[in-house]
Amino acid sequence: MDKSSYKNIFVFVEQRDGVIQPVGLELLGKAHELAQILGEKVVAIFLGHNIKNQCQTLIEYGADEVIVSDCPELKDYLTEQYSQAISQIVAKYLPSIILFGATTIGRDLGPTLSARLATGLTADCTKLEISEEKELMMTRPAFGGNLMATIMCTERRPQMSTVRPGVMQKMTRDASRKGEVVEFAPVFDASKFAVKLVKKVKADKGKMDITEAKVLVSGGRGVGCKEGFEKLGALAQTLNGQVSSSRAMVDAGVMPHDVQVGQTGKTVRPNLYMAIGISGAIQHLAGMEESDLIIAINRDKDAPIFGVADLGVVGDFNKIVPLLNERLQKEISEK
Amino acid sequence: MKIVVCIKQVPDTTEIKINPATGTLIRDGVPSIMNPDDKGGLEVALQLKDKFGAHVTVITMGPPQAEAILREAMAMGADRAILLTDRKFAGADTLATSNALAGALRNIEHDLIITGRQAIDGDTAQVGPQIAEHLHTPMISYVAGVDFDGKNLLTVKKEDEDGYQMLEVHTPAVLTVLASAFTPRYMTVKGIIEAYDQREIEIWTAEKIDVDEAKLGLNGSPTRVKRSFTKPQKVAGEVFDVTPEEAVDLIVSKLKEKFII
Repeated sequence: MDKSSYKNIFVFVEQRDGVIQPVGLELLGKAHELAQILGEKVVAIFLGHNIKNQCQTLIEYGADEVIVSDCPELKDYLTEQYSQAISQIVAKYLPSIILFGATTIGRDLGPTLSARLATGLTADCTKLEISEEKELMMTRPAFGGNLMATIMCTERRPQMSTVRPGVMQKMTRDASRKGEVVEFAPVFDASKFAVKLVKKVKADKGKMDITEAKVLVSGGRGVGCKEGFEKLGALAQTLNGQVSSSRAMVDAGVMPHDVQVGQTGKTVRPNLYMAIGISGAIQHLAGMEESDLIIAINRDKDAPIFGVADLGVVGDFNKIVPLLNERLQKEISEK
Repeated sequence: MKIVVCIKQVPDTTEIKINPATGTLIRDGVPSIMNPDDKGGLEVALQLKDKFGAHVTVITMGPPQAEAILREAMAMGADRAILLTDRKFAGADTLATSNALAGALRNIEHDLIITGRQAIDGDTAQVGPQIAEHLHTPMISYVAGVDFDGKNLLTVKKEDEDGYQMLEVHTPAVLTVLASAFTPRYMTVKGIIEAYDQREIEIWTAEKIDVDEAKLGLNGSPTRVKRSFTKPQKVAGEVFDVTPEEAVDLIVSKLKEKFII
């Protein structure tokens, strides 16, 4: 393989119902940083239907070029349709690196493409760097977050990785950025479109994705039950935040999976993470320890969560949380 | 219907601890288990067997001791078990692993292939989709529900971040399954006795599969681990054992100091 013919960092920017997903913008920000080290361009791959008018947004968040395929076949994500489009884009433009969000889409598309293109894929990266030899160094957690591994793909191209949402930082939007938009029309082999989308059902959430919340009030085994989580909910409301949960409470059926923080849940980095009744298993820490401020309340003074907390309080949350909520409401109303 | 379930033996990562003095993983005494998502996949296959009379084969790639999870799968109700084991497979990344498994699957009659979504040791979620791609078979990942019309049509519930999708696909197909959606059944006493005393496990080596050796093991792996390390521990803040009132004072002043309120 002649590696020198492969150039530029491509970012697959996913859209759902025509809405650009934040992880795509986060990846553009990271790609921009890496591209400066390499002296290469950031190219967004943008697939969907009736989405062409949003290309400038991607440029303002760091893309130098946008390759857009806008056609009915690509309206909703389907593995084969998207894989055909992107493998044709790769064959024509020969990217050196492709980044995907580690979402249900990216973690379905990435491995399919890695097998189709016979190249390596590193999953769920939390850190991307460029080596002295200008190779991509991809760092990811393994063994349930117990171990970090730095992985490289030096003999094949493109180098591919999925990156967890919430890990990389978006660039500040810059409306003055200019870039090129290239329309690409894939030549589909529709005989391979074997999976049919019958319907999409949105779970009624009525709340923000926890990865986007600035404040998370998170509960674990020590909170125990729905009534306990209601106390957390009241505090979250006062702080204009969301309630999240450890795996134990999701497994117990008390909280839904989409608010689970940790290795098998979501990675969060809010401004404030309140860990209440969470002992701090390593899997949980892997998902929240990058938070700016961590405050832990736990009855057990030896709980590992205190090892990552900026402030730890030993005590009964049933007493502390309502009292705290009352005080905060007073403080905020007096402002 | 013929179903093949791909399963993996993994260390129970919830039991792994870090030695605080050396910062290394303590793997001694950590039990090996059948990967939870794979066990969910086996349950899907066994439910289809209960309803439609399917024949269920389980296959794993791994060292000889991975036999344990094949026996467990048979005790749960699998009909046939294959251990794919060869030093030529050693050091495989996900792509090389999927090449070996796809090679074996070409030699096993199947209408449906089921894998777990991901394994808890690597959490990559790659091998299932990669197998499907090598076999040119349609694939649905993140499966939380499966309906079958008894002939060749599968109606599949796929979970995503916003809710779920309902998808249709005709067999042959590959599904990657979520453990959270399928509670695995227990082994039966009769099943255990049969699985451990009377049933044979087929051992397949690299010779048994028709895959170019350059695509297997370390040589067939495009990715390499350059370095592994345990994460540096964050310096802990102060911990206070005080009255609830004092605790609230401490928290409020911290929130003010950091401009949260």
